[in-house]
Amino acid sequence: MNAIIVSALLGVVMMFSGIFFQNKSIIKHIAAGCLLLLLGANLLQHYEIFTIKIDTHNLLRFEKMGIFFNTITIVATLIYVLLSGKDIENTGVHVAEYFALIFFILCGVSILTSFNGLLMLFLGIEIMSIPLYILTGTDKRNLKSNEAALKYFLMGSFSTGIMLMGITLIYGGSGNFQIGQAIVSSAAGTVPNASFLEVAGLLLLFSAMCFKVSAAPFHFWTPDVYDGAPSVFTSFMATIVKVTGFYAFIRLFENQNELLGPTWKIILSFVIIATLLVGNITAVFQQSVKRMLAYSSIAQAGFMLFGLYASNDLSKEGILLYSAAYCLATIGIFAVLIKMKDYTLDGFNGLAKTQPVLAFTATVCLMSLAGIPLTAGFFAKYYMLASVVKAGGSLMIVIVAVLFAAVSVYYYLRVIQAMYFKEGEAETTEITPSFKVGLVFVAILILLIGALPSVLLNYFYF
Amino acid sequence: MPIQYYIYLCLTLFSIGIIGVLTRRNAIIVFMCVELMLNAVNLLLVAFSKMHLATALVADKATKVGTDGQLFVFFIMVVAAAEVSVGLAIIVMLYRNTHSVDINFLNRLKN
Repeated sequence: MNAIIVSALLGVVMMFSGIFFQNKSIIKHIAAGCLLLLLGANLLQHYEIFTIKIDTHNLLRFEKMGIFFNTITIVATLIYVLLSGKDIENTGVHVAEYFALIFFILCGVSILTSFNGLLMLFLGIEIMSIPLYILTGTDKRNLKSNEAALKYFLMGSFSTGIMLMGITLIYGGSGNFQIGQAIVSSAAGTVPNASFLEVAGLLLLFSAMCFKVSAAPFHFWTPDVYDGAPSVFTSFMATIVKVTGFYAFIRLFENQNELLGPTWKIILSFVIIATLLVGNITAVFQQSVKRMLAYSSIAQAGFMLFGLYASNDLSKEGILLYSAAYCLATIGIFAVLIKMKDYTLDGFNGLAKTQPVLAFTATVCLMSLAGIPLTAGFFAKYYMLASVVKAGGSLMIVIVAVLFAAVSVYYYLRVIQAMYFKEGEAETTEITPSFKVGLVFVAILILLIGALPSVLLNYFYF
Repeated sequence: MPIQYYIYLCLTLFSIGIIGVLTRRNAIIVFMCVELMLNAVNLLLVAFSKMHLATALVADKATKVGTDGQLFVFFIMVVAAAEVSVGLAIIVMLYRNTHSVDINFLNRLKN
C-alpha cells in the first residue's frame, strides 16, 4: 500500500516541481530524492514497521514477494535515473513531466505486484501502459518516435480490448472477478468443471498478457517500438515495465494450471519455443545494436516464461533473480548505447581504445545477458531452468533453451568483438567521470550477484 | 430477453471491431474500432451482471450479486477516456509532422 500511495503522490510532486524549478538538473536530483523516499516507504512496509492501512475490500493482497519485487523495481529505477538522468534531460523540454510519468508507471507497477482480482490487474496494466505511450512519443519532431508511439498505442489498446473480453467471459462463467476462485469451488471433484466461457476467457487473457510482455506470436510490435522510442525510454520500457508484466503474468496464472488441463503446458511450451526462436534467430541478423537489443529482449522473455511454466517456489526465486539481473544488465548496456553517436555495430569499433571503462562495463553487461558464469545472468537462467526440471517438466524444452542460449552468445559477443578487436574510432558524446563511476557500480553489482546470488535471495527471506 | 441475444450482439460488435483494426488503414478509424471493442465488452458485462442477478434473486430476494460487474463498466469507461486523450494527442502529433493519418505511411522502422 505504501508504494502505491507514495508513488502516486510523488508523481504529482514532480509535476509541480516543473513549475517551480526552471533548472533541469535540479529536477533530476529531486527525482532521485523522491525515488529514495519511495524506496524508504516500501522498505517500511517490507519490515512491517509502518503500513498505511486502507480497507480495499479484498481487491489488493500484499505479500512479501510482491513488496520485495517493488524494491527491485524501485532500485532499478533509481540506478536508471542516476545513470541516464542527463539523457532524459536532453530528450525534450518538459523534463519534470517525464519524471512524473515514470512515477505514475511505478504506481502501476506496485498495483500489479499486489492485485487480487481481475479489476486491479486491468487498472494496473493500464496505469503502467498509458504513461508509456506518452514517453514513447516524447521526441515530437522525430517521425520514427511518432510512428513508434502510434504503433505502440494502437497495438496496446487493441490488446487491452482482447484482455477485457477475456475478463468479461471469465466473469460470465464464474460470476466474480477473483482469480483462482473457480478451482476452489470445484475442488471437491477430481476434474474441475470449468465452463467453456472461463476457458475461453483465460485463453484471451493469456494472449493479451503475451502481447504485453512481447512473447512470440504477439511480439511483432516490440522491435519497431523499441527501435523508434527515444533510447532512454526504451531502456525503461525494456526493463522495469517488462519484468513487471512477467510478475503479473505469473501471479495471474499461478493457480490456473488445473483449470486449463494438460493442454495448458503444450500451449505454453509452444509459446516459449517460438519466443526463443524468433528472438534469438532474428537478433543474429541485426546490424543496429539497438534493434539487436530489442530482439534480445524478446529472447529473454522466452526465458522468463519458464517461471510461468514451472510455477513452483524455485521459479519464484528465479523470477526475482532474473528481474534483478536482467534490469541491471539492460540498463547498463543501454546507458552505454545512448552515449554512442552511431548505433550500428560498426559504431562500436575500437571503443576499448577510446573509452576503456565503457567498453569494460558494456562487456560485463553483455556477458550477463548471455548468461556467462560469474555474472548475474548465469544464475538467473540457471534458476529458471532448474525450476522446470524440479517441476517435472519436459527435459526437451530445457535442452532447447540451452541451445538458444548458446545462439545468443554469438550476437552478444559480436558487440564485444567490435569493441575490442576491430580497428576504428568509436565516437561518443561527452562522458562525465560520475557516469563512469555509476557504470562501474552497475558492473560490480552484476558480478556480485553473479558470484553470490544468495545475497539477494537471503534478503528476500529476512 | 434471453441472455443469448446479448451475447450474440456483443460478439458481433467485438468482431466488427477486431476486423476493423486489422483491415482499416486510417488511424482514426482504427481507433474507433478499438473503442467499439471496449463498448461491446461493456455491454456484455452489464448483460452478464443482470444474468447473475436474475439467478441469485431466485434464492435470495435481497441479494447484491452482479454489482461488481456494473462497477467494472465504470472503470472501463474511465480508462477508455484516458486512452482517448493520449491516443488523439499522438494522432495529432503525427498529423502535424506528416499531414496524414494513414498508417500505411508508417513503415520507416521496417528497415
